[in-house]
Amino acid sequence: MSGGLKGVLLRLLFVVSLPLVLVTAWWLASDDSTDVYWPPLRTILTAFPDVWTGERLRADVLPSVLRLLAGYTSAAVVGLALGTVIGSYRRVRAVCEPVLEFLRAVPPPVLVPVIMLFAGIGDTMKIAVIASGCVWPILLNTVEGVRAVDSVMSETARSYGITGTARLRNVVLRSASPQIFAGLRQALSIGIILMVISEMFAASNGLGFTIVQFQRGFAIPDMWTGILVLGLLGFALSVVFRLVERRVLGWYHGLRASSRRS
Amino acid sequence: MHALLEVSGLRKVYEGSGRRVEAVRDLTFTVDAGELVCLVGPSGCGKTTLLKCVAGLLNPTAGEVLLGGRPVSGPPPGMAVVFQEYGRSLFPWMRVRDNVELPLKQKKLSRSRRRELVDDALTSVGLSDAAGAYPWQLSGGMQQRVAIARALAYEPDVLLMDEPFAAVDAQTRADLEDLVRGLWRERGITILFVTHDIDEAVYLGERVLILSASPTVVQEQLKVDLPVERDQLHTRVAPRFAELRTHVYEQIQAAKRGVPLSKD
Repeated sequence: MSGGLKGVLLRLLFVVSLPLVLVTAWWLASDDSTDVYWPPLRTILTAFPDVWTGERLRADVLPSVLRLLAGYTSAAVVGLALGTVIGSYRRVRAVCEPVLEFLRAVPPPVLVPVIMLFAGIGDTMKIAVIASGCVWPILLNTVEGVRAVDSVMSETARSYGITGTARLRNVVLRSASPQIFAGLRQALSIGIILMVISEMFAASNGLGFTIVQFQRGFAIPDMWTGILVLGLLGFALSVVFRLVERRVLGWYHGLRASSRRS
Repeated sequence: MHALLEVSGLRKVYEGSGRRVEAVRDLTFTVDAGELVCLVGPSGCGKTTLLKCVAGLLNPTAGEVLLGGRPVSGPPPGMAVVFQEYGRSLFPWMRVRDNVELPLKQKKLSRSRRRELVDDALTSVGLSDAAGAYPWQLSGGMQQRVAIARALAYEPDVLLMDEPFAAVDAQTRADLEDLVRGLWRERGITILFVTHDIDEAVYLGERVLILSASPTVVQEQLKVDLPVERDQLHTRVAPRFAELRTHVYEQIQAAKRGVPLSKD
């Protein structure tokens, strides 16, 4: 009867137990620290509410998040569109693949100075940096997903006159969606890294900028709070991502579970 | 009157990487409206190739397929195919109802008409309760029923079935055979049923086309003079059934011996 509730509590315990252990370990290990660069966790947590006021959230966190979303979304649109085209046509793939492999191998932070030359030092530059890093996993996974559409499903669609955009929407993209989501998930963590890096160059606000400012001003506990905020932001975004994925890929997880059972 | 489906001089040669495989040599047969015809042949005899050519999914090397007097050059709107691999033919991201409805949306039918057809088809195959389930939540036999329902709702002139029951267990198979027979009698649809199972061909068909080994030709056309009313218990032990299946079996053995064995 209380099985459901018990299950939820147990899962909650699993989720919070390791973070609790780590925080406690950090707390105890740093408690009597006198090292300037390694302040006690107590000091960091005391500084937290003073540093991350509503004003700071609006002035620094919000712009960062908006830039991340803008870059991530444009990478998703471009990656999906190009990936679908490249994945659908063998010839296009043969032409594009070597170039893609080369471009993918270039570490995106290297592009920051280059993009600055073209896009200046404003938001456009930062969004371009984020997008240029996020686009590769989305693009390459979409290509793989689209080309792996099952032959029997393809023939079924053809024999029932499901062609063109209906085929794209109902068959190809749906069939590729597990792969596409794998790409989107990778891109999200790359996006967060690039968000911070792009703000460390020539920025006047944002999370990365603030953390660097604190570090340069020897406000070490404040710097640590910034790192905590980054971690929390990444965690929150991945929770949102998981919720969306569970909705869109519910069928896929069910299918996998049912084929494991048989 | 013209036959509904006419296949004449059909030939299919696969060419690729230096290998040239003649899968189908010369096939000519017709299917009349309202007929249930079974194609049976030794395994690897190009049955699937033949069916795909008929369905417009493959272009034949020579010869032609006419549906209602019109040449088939791509999948025609008047045909529905039930594949053997139900698990790969149903879309796992759609519920049963949506799977059945999707082809009807392509036909631009009204919402109410689609609803009517879907409900009717699912009821016919005994799955009206499963409309909201995902295909992978159903057993293999039920999934194949969904594929049959999808084909029925499409209201094809000809229903093509490619070894549809080869992947289900024997009891389910018997049920599905009776289902197909029943649907054929109730609805007067035209069915071309491909199988490698001799008993199944004789039990289901009004006419059995026996194919040779690859490269395929029609070895013999056999009228099945069993009563229209058939059931698993009595029909399969009837003396006439035994005679017919023996005959088909001998023909297929002869077909295997008669033609030099190809490598597939």
